[in-house]
Amino acid sequence: MTIKKIKEKFVESIIYSCGTFTTLAVLFIIVFLFKEGSGIFQKTALEEGYSLAVNRYNPVSKLSPEQIKSIIEGDIHNWHQLGGNYDSVYIFTLSDIESKFTQEELGAEFEHLKEKITAYVESNTGVLAFFPSKYVDASLAKIDVDKITLASILKGKDWYPTANPAPQLGALPIVLGSIMVSLGAIIIALPLGVIVAIFLAEIAGETLKNVIKTVIELLAGIPSVVYGFFGLVVLVPFVQQLFDIPVGETALSGSILLALISLPTIISLSEDAISATPQELKNASLALGANRLQTIFGVTIPFASSGIISASILGIGRAFGETMAVLMVTGNAAIMPKSLLEPVRTITATIAAELGEAPTGGIHYEALFILGTFLFVFTFAVNLIAEFFAQKR
Amino acid sequence: MHKNIVEKIVFQFFGIVTWFVVAVVALILGYIIYRGVGIISWNFISQPPINGMMEGGILPAILGTLALILGSCLLAFPIGILSGVYMNEYAPKNIFKKFIGMMTNNLAGIPSIVFGLFGLAMFVNFFQFGVSILSGCLTLAILIVPVIIRTTEESLKLVEDTYRLSSYALGASKFETVFRVVLPMAFPNIITGLILSIGRVAGETAPIIFTAAAYYLPQLVLSLGSPVMALPYHLYVMATSGIDLDKSRELAFGTALVLMAIVLLLNFAAGGMKLYFKQNRS
Repeated sequence: MTIKKIKEKFVESIIYSCGTFTTLAVLFIIVFLFKEGSGIFQKTALEEGYSLAVNRYNPVSKLSPEQIKSIIEGDIHNWHQLGGNYDSVYIFTLSDIESKFTQEELGAEFEHLKEKITAYVESNTGVLAFFPSKYVDASLAKIDVDKITLASILKGKDWYPTANPAPQLGALPIVLGSIMVSLGAIIIALPLGVIVAIFLAEIAGETLKNVIKTVIELLAGIPSVVYGFFGLVVLVPFVQQLFDIPVGETALSGSILLALISLPTIISLSEDAISATPQELKNASLALGANRLQTIFGVTIPFASSGIISASILGIGRAFGETMAVLMVTGNAAIMPKSLLEPVRTITATIAAELGEAPTGGIHYEALFILGTFLFVFTFAVNLIAEFFAQKR
Repeated sequence: MHKNIVEKIVFQFFGIVTWFVVAVVALILGYIIYRGVGIISWNFISQPPINGMMEGGILPAILGTLALILGSCLLAFPIGILSGVYMNEYAPKNIFKKFIGMMTNNLAGIPSIVFGLFGLAMFVNFFQFGVSILSGCLTLAILIVPVIIRTTEESLKLVEDTYRLSSYALGASKFETVFRVVLPMAFPNIITGLILSIGRVAGETAPIIFTAAAYYLPQLVLSLGSPVMALPYHLYVMATSGIDLDKSRELAFGTALVLMAIVLLLNFAAGGMKLYFKQNRS
């Protein structure tokens, strides 16, 4: 008897601990996303292990990642553009040392490189030297590069995470790309989904309803990579020819696919909400002389509205987080999105495409985890809002 | 009579829209089947890919997907079912239960790519499991646990309280009631949920890209510590990054069809079982 009791208590304690599993999982996800990503806020937007040095008489001591990029690309070529003396900028990097110094001057193991760099920087007023920190003497005037902040990531317009020497980590075009593609998706999917839901709940007969519901469930079951593949071989060429544009991999293609993917969610949740309208309300409307159509729009839809809102919010969340389908059809150009007919890149596609090549613990890797954190926070908020509307019912 | 004509027209329009959606589903399924069915042969299913994935079959990818399904389900089923039992049978109705329910919903709503990031951070890097079947299974298991919890909860709710009370009246403990009376009655419905979650594992790509998937791995070593090929990732690779896209895309239709067939058959099986049990009960 007691052994049996102990056994029961043992299994029950396992049940109790399983109950906390999802909470723990969410907690671990938060901790690990943060742990992997937060290191980026300690770093400057300069390639790790490198330093920027200038001549001691150069008053410029601080540069932003955008300014460094402009210097490298030649858009900024004089120090006075950066608030310094009137002196042209001369970039001095590892690739220049062989043309400046002979092998003997540098020594067989580059043991003299450090002093050569020091001498060169001290004798040229306009130089901007970019070298591994171990070759940059402590006596040289260093350039501080801005620390990466959440604001700099959210506001930055350039995403070149592997740019050398200053990685550009502006996620704005990517975030906007995600928003654009999912808004496009919901604009297509919401009217379609609600109409199908009304048809199923109010108009179709029992048999027809079951057939169509089975088909919609099929739609929900198709893996997203299959959608992506279908989009790539059918939808992309179709969009390209229809609008006569150079590439069919556009935001629109992504929106159409995502609309299909979020349709089952929207249809089934809206239908639940519409079916939940009490028959008495509808009867009252019909008894007042309204026909079925007027009842649907005058009584049923208003009654089900918070359920439909909840459905569409969840649909947006689903579209926002979808990866494979958008990765395969949106063209993945990290530029500020201007129209639906241009390639865009989404948060999910960026992570999927770049994480494999980003060295673990590096600045790029951490930036991708920050993007993942954005996604997490967004979907978390979406779920809470959807739940709020669902409970309002 | 004017308003009744409007009603007719609008209802017709709604019908047309609905059939349009159905037609789109039919188009997708039909197109993949039409292009894929010619590719599928015994060789396609029983051979590894050869010649830069432009020829040969998909055997390693099928086996890899099976391994991922098996591993993640072994981990997720007990946890999910027991969590569901906790939620419906044991948890007191307080704010704590509400909180757990909310967390389960949130976990279910997290995008699959975030699971990929998490799996990479926790299993691949922190626990040093590397890119392996083990890391992939653990990641996928966490992904499907909320699905299993929900179906278990729903199924347990369908068991009427009279059964529980009768069991108590006969002197059974709570534990005996749950495991001898309630769970067996709810089991048919739970199984349909389990089958659907298998389908989910088979089709997921984003969580395994960084935790388990190998680009190309023709040999069939299946140890927990090795990476594997998997059908969905293989489809992605063949569709986007082959040496000769025209050739590998032809084969990709076959891969897509096999993947779709597996997932849809599982869905059908779940649906069929649900119907069967429903009829048997009434």
